[in-house]
Amino acid sequence: MEGALALLVGLIFAAAVYLILSRALIRVLLGIVLLGNGVNLLIFVAGRVTTAVPPIVPKGAAAPAGVFANPLPQALILTAIVIGFAMFAFLVVLALRAYQEMDADNTDHMRLAEPEQQPQPPLEY
Amino acid sequence: MISHLTPIVDWLVVLPVVLGLGGGALLLVLRRVLRWQPWLTLLVLLGVILCDAALLQRTLTTGPVAMTMGRWLPPFGISFAADGMSALFALVSSLVAFGVVLALALEAPEGAVRDGVYPLVLLLMAGVSGAFLTGDLFNLYVWFEVMLIASFGLVAIAGNPIQLDATVKYGVLNVVATALFLAGLGLLYGQLGTFNMADVIGVAARADPLTLAATAAVFCLAFGMKAAVFPVNAWLPASYHAPPAPISALMGGVLTKVGVYAFLRLMVVLLPAERSLLVPGITAAAVATMLLGPLSAIAETNLRRSIGFLLIGGVGVAITGAVTEGAVFGAIVYVGQSIIAFAALYLVAGLLESATGSVDTRNMGGLYAASSRLSIMFLVLILGVAGVPPFLGFWPKLLLLQGYFADRNWLLVFSLLLNSLLSLVAGARLWSFAFWHARAEPLSRPRGYAPAILLTGTVLLLGIAPSLLIKAGGVAAGDLRDPARYVAAVGLAP
Repeated sequence: MEGALALLVGLIFAAAVYLILSRALIRVLLGIVLLGNGVNLLIFVAGRVTTAVPPIVPKGAAAPAGVFANPLPQALILTAIVIGFAMFAFLVVLALRAYQEMDADNTDHMRLAEPEQQPQPPLEY
Repeated sequence: MISHLTPIVDWLVVLPVVLGLGGGALLLVLRRVLRWQPWLTLLVLLGVILCDAALLQRTLTTGPVAMTMGRWLPPFGISFAADGMSALFALVSSLVAFGVVLALALEAPEGAVRDGVYPLVLLLMAGVSGAFLTGDLFNLYVWFEVMLIASFGLVAIAGNPIQLDATVKYGVLNVVATALFLAGLGLLYGQLGTFNMADVIGVAARADPLTLAATAAVFCLAFGMKAAVFPVNAWLPASYHAPPAPISALMGGVLTKVGVYAFLRLMVVLLPAERSLLVPGITAAAVATMLLGPLSAIAETNLRRSIGFLLIGGVGVAITGAVTEGAVFGAIVYVGQSIIAFAALYLVAGLLESATGSVDTRNMGGLYAASSRLSIMFLVLILGVAGVPPFLGFWPKLLLLQGYFADRNWLLVFSLLLNSLLSLVAGARLWSFAFWHARAEPLSRPRGYAPAILLTGTVLLLGIAPSLLIKAGGVAAGDLRDPARYVAAVGLAP
């Protein structure tokens, strides 16, 4: 199970990298979503996948009985999902504003901060 | 294993973060009272500076300070821990933020204030302080994200098309970097089962270095992107020159250094055995960054972009602390001084731009005859960045060279000297174009010299009397090489 999930994580990472390398901004954003989900799955697998009971302490006991699942990776993923969603929301709005202001969603045409075809730097002091 | 809760004085460790977050929230509540915003921000930052200074004083005299939150004792509760390196960087960063807010108070357009530039600065500083002071790796990730979202807002603050373009590049690259950092954390947790830094030190020493080295390589890439190490540095020159100059100063001074801090913390303290496996790769990246940064600065005519390339060269110098044992001391002092030196340089660059009305050094000129204050400040800073003796940049480079010599690493000796020479050439070119070339049109008067004078004066004073900085760096390097005191302060058996 863990091996299959690990392969899946690798596949998602590959797809995410492919999308992020694209010139179209919207594909880059989709790649970022995919990357975030790949990472979340990675944390989930790293916390070990077991068929154990939920980590809930029964009434009157000091610890859960038997083998119980590790709750920490799930808490981490929850944090990461929330943060990732906020970041993604900001990036989407940013991409929209950039598209309105520059009339470009192709990163090849977004060259305001680094203008193309500048004159050569002066060769003397 | 400790069984007692944290004494109340040790809560000092979280105070800088609490002040930053609380102050930012207060300013959001008072967002309609535009006149108060800069002064409240300065007041909060003054509190942060006092806390950081007290923290540094304690770490220098009695060793690392730590606290663990809630009733979960370490390694389960989230710890905050400050050793010399954390406290020194946090103090210098808050000083820089104070100067930057002073500059914003003098020249920020009202639109930027209405868009919340001051709450964003405080939020950024909360993230920076948190990243420096936390003793928990997942918490470090959270502070990185806090810092990132605040810096997105700051880069895009005035909303010009050029800033939006810069924010797109900056945003995408940095979000990918934090995703890689998170992936590294997942892999680390899978192998070690802990995130508490003090606990990781002990557990990692017993783990298999070869498999852990792969995880360490992921961290290297993630923090390398954050710190703008070659070949993943392209976002920095694409974005740092776009926002107003004080924002550039805050980001150029502080943000890349948080990446360097995390790099040194992970590689030198937490995963030393894995670091020694990765040394060839780190060396190659450091040498390439050291040389390509200033070389690009020579070919660049946009003033603040050129300073950005010099900054990249400095990052290359700083990460050599992870290459040889002897260079840790020099690297800490180097980062400590470069936070303030580059912030001052960006502020002075902003003054040059508003005096000449141009961002390109080819259209500047004539400043030498017109303004002695600007000439002195620019010369002090550019010679300091290159490492010319009486100025501040010289001392850490001397310490670094001593470290390289002690480990007989001739490649780094040669690269550092070449980096200094190339930085000097780049700085001399900027100087020659901006100050010596003839100019026909009259210059306009920039608005406020005070913040730039404040930071440049600090650089000058520290250069003449560097013993405090070097003493702090020495204590910090000692704790990095032998983290036993750090582990004991957090409350774990070594």
